[in-house]
Amino acid sequence: MGSVLEQLINGLGTGSIYALIALGYTMVYGIAKMINFAHGDIIMVGAYVLYVTVTQFKLPVIAAVAITVTFCAVLGITIEKIAYKPLRKAPSLAVLITAIGMSFLLQSLALLIFNANPIAFKSIIDVQTVKLGNTTVSGVTLVTLIVTMICMITLSLFISKTKAGSAMRAVSEDKAAAQLMGINVNRTISMTFAIGSALAAVAGILFVCQYQSIKPTLGALPGIKAFVAAVLGGIGSVPGAMIGGVLLGVIESISKAYISSELTDAIVFGVLVLVLLVKPSGLLGKNRIEKV
Amino acid sequence: MQNIVKEKKNNSFTKKNLLITAGIILGFLVVMYLAEGNLLNRQYKSLIVPIGIYIILAVSLNLTTGFLGELSLGHAGFMAIGAYTGALITLNLNMPEAVEFIIALIVGGFIAAIFGVLIGVPVLRLKGDYLAIVTLAFNEIIRSIINFLGITGGAMGLSKIPRYTNYIWVYILVVLTIVIITNLVNSRHGRAISAIRDNYVAAESIGLKVSKYKVMAFVIAAFFAGIAGVLYGHNLSVLKPADFDYNKSIEILVIVVLGGMGSVRGSVIAAAVLTILPEVLRAADDFRMLLYAVVLIAMMLFNSSGIRTKLEESGKLPKLPKLTRNRAK
Amino acid sequence: MALLEVKNLGISFGGLRAVDDVNLNIEKGQLYGLIGPNGAGKTTIFNLLTGVYRPTTGTIKVDGVDIVGKSPSEICQNGVARTFQNIRLFKKMTVLDNVKAALHNQVKYSLFTSFFRTSNYYQSEKQMNEKAMEILKVFDLDGQANYLASNLPYGKQRKLEIARGLATNPKLLLLDEPAAGMNPNETAELMETIRLVRDKYNITILLIEHDMKLVTGICEKILVLNFGTELATGAPEDVLNNPEVITAYLGE
Repeated sequence: MGSVLEQLINGLGTGSIYALIALGYTMVYGIAKMINFAHGDIIMVGAYVLYVTVTQFKLPVIAAVAITVTFCAVLGITIEKIAYKPLRKAPSLAVLITAIGMSFLLQSLALLIFNANPIAFKSIIDVQTVKLGNTTVSGVTLVTLIVTMICMITLSLFISKTKAGSAMRAVSEDKAAAQLMGINVNRTISMTFAIGSALAAVAGILFVCQYQSIKPTLGALPGIKAFVAAVLGGIGSVPGAMIGGVLLGVIESISKAYISSELTDAIVFGVLVLVLLVKPSGLLGKNRIEKV
Repeated sequence: MQNIVKEKKNNSFTKKNLLITAGIILGFLVVMYLAEGNLLNRQYKSLIVPIGIYIILAVSLNLTTGFLGELSLGHAGFMAIGAYTGALITLNLNMPEAVEFIIALIVGGFIAAIFGVLIGVPVLRLKGDYLAIVTLAFNEIIRSIINFLGITGGAMGLSKIPRYTNYIWVYILVVLTIVIITNLVNSRHGRAISAIRDNYVAAESIGLKVSKYKVMAFVIAAFFAGIAGVLYGHNLSVLKPADFDYNKSIEILVIVVLGGMGSVRGSVIAAAVLTILPEVLRAADDFRMLLYAVVLIAMMLFNSSGIRTKLEESGKLPKLPKLTRNRAK
Repeated sequence: MALLEVKNLGISFGGLRAVDDVNLNIEKGQLYGLIGPNGAGKTTIFNLLTGVYRPTTGTIKVDGVDIVGKSPSEICQNGVARTFQNIRLFKKMTVLDNVKAALHNQVKYSLFTSFFRTSNYYQSEKQMNEKAMEILKVFDLDGQANYLASNLPYGKQRKLEIARGLATNPKLLLLDEPAAGMNPNETAELMETIRLVRDKYNITILLIEHDMKLVTGICEKILVLNFGTELATGAPEDVLNNPEVITAYLGE
């Protein structure tokens, strides 16, 4: 059992994966005002696509990663078009139930294609373990941290500097007004789903490199935990998702090391319950007053 | 003036109630014939108990989801509490079967209800999507605590639970659940619950205590889920924490959705259909999940995307009650 | 003593003072009008009176009882009922059940009675049906008692909301734009109904309305609100001839 510092770094590693997934939840919530329950399962799809491209088609790593990310982005757009778009004016209960159905659909398709047995997968990241004094950081964790950092900086720049990014912000402020200003709302929503799913694919790739095993339910738990992270940071807030993800990863790794690994999930969900009861808007979320 | 509101007699001995009683007895005879007679083979007979258990679960979840209008993804958690409580009682008491089992059922239901209060009071301050996720979180918390504790046998679970559950117990409890929940829904308490679903601001404005009735619906649902759990444990004779994960909650939700939210009858039929269908199709578990997914998505798209309104307007479909909650702004 | 006594009522949202130092005295049995341009804070006052918002300053007394800090449902039980500007009916419930839901605190029976339908259930439900039908008749809704509330035409939905408020047995009834979206005939009919309700049930009514014909036709006293503050108070004819009021409505 390594030092506290080591635990912190491990926590940072898983936390940044959560953060990548949480970004998708938060962006979609900001724009479509819905919890995309199937988001976690995109990670799983990403993992399988990577597995197929690397081990079956023997593609070089870069090409495999590119295909994985593209595949997931397209999948995200498709899901939105088929399942969520017809329900934009429907009660939120209906949308949430559809999203749960979508999550089940992806899992059961994976089950039918690859069956329930976990597939061993050798990490595509070939980086040496780094030693700093008596703390060791695995190569995968290091790459995870760097990749996450790059993704986040790129995303932040995209949202704040580009025209498409400001369209996204506008739609999340007020859909109707954005439409009146000539913003193509449908395209903006599609783009959000594409970006969110692409980030989930990246998270999926990093995730299998860390755990080296793939199964159809792989995305469910990290998906829900990333959602917890998104809520913790304040749903709808992009920096919130990053902070929430990292925080959650650290909480998880500390409680795994020092409390009990069986109770870790209970602690993580306990955090969610606590946040929602004490400050439902999360760390960086905005409070909204309901109009009567 | 035409008499729009049906005159009701002042007592319980109405013609309708007598008919219902006759129906209940007749229903029992049918179930008895199915369970004891030669019509069904053993494989199908073994489905009678699970169908009953799923009916109790679905009808009770319908109270929270259909009538109160809040999506609860933690029904399996309450079921787990009932199942473990009941199993620990019959494993540790040395009393006659019937006494022991009745105690297990009642205590199992009540402990689940107590957890319903503990969880419901904080959770029901939230709305919509958040509430759904927190109930899911509680489901997982309950499951990991059961997994952790020694008394519940940890991940190995409990075994050698006496197989007390049979079609008679199940039939009685199914009838009791349906009668109580149907009566509740058509009472002043039930009207308060539906009013909160339709518009909680207006419900408060006419003097309804919103949180009280939300918790009430939630707790009653938890109570029946607990009872269903006791039946479940004493049917399988083994319990594992993994049986009560979030997929189980979704499974119950699928029944409610297929049967129609707010329709008790629909829940009963859907519970039977979704239990029998995978057996008839002899489908592997993989297909069961696909079936659930398709049911959820298809039902929602059909009900809420306007397809149904179009069909109804063109007269191709009779008008049916619809989902009720509006999207929170 | 006045039935409704409001002193120095005020509320701010962030830095915005939505209602500032409003005083209001309504005598028992009075028909009182609250008017003002859009955004003047009229509905906010209703929300303050019914506990939806908590005032930053001031006191509200209904029949001598201080209701500041009480929840909307407690305030309703203290005798204040209301309707909403954007109709808020229980859409998926029948017209009759909408009213019966409001009788919740008038006719009571226990949860046990609900579960097992003891004879008390049948008696109480019968009593509720009779009361509800009586109220529906006042609003000419008795013929549609078994319709879903959402299937009623717009004007009738407005009426049903008033009926529902009335069923809570209020001392003070707040009507938020009761005639909005009604044609002149319907408005005239509504005016009659409002007067009838006041006399028959012996209640006090405060209403927000833009239809000046209705306001001058039935209100005995008016408060004009502008930018959250009182502009004028008095009898309708005096207030509406007040130059400040005319400026507020028509602009300079």
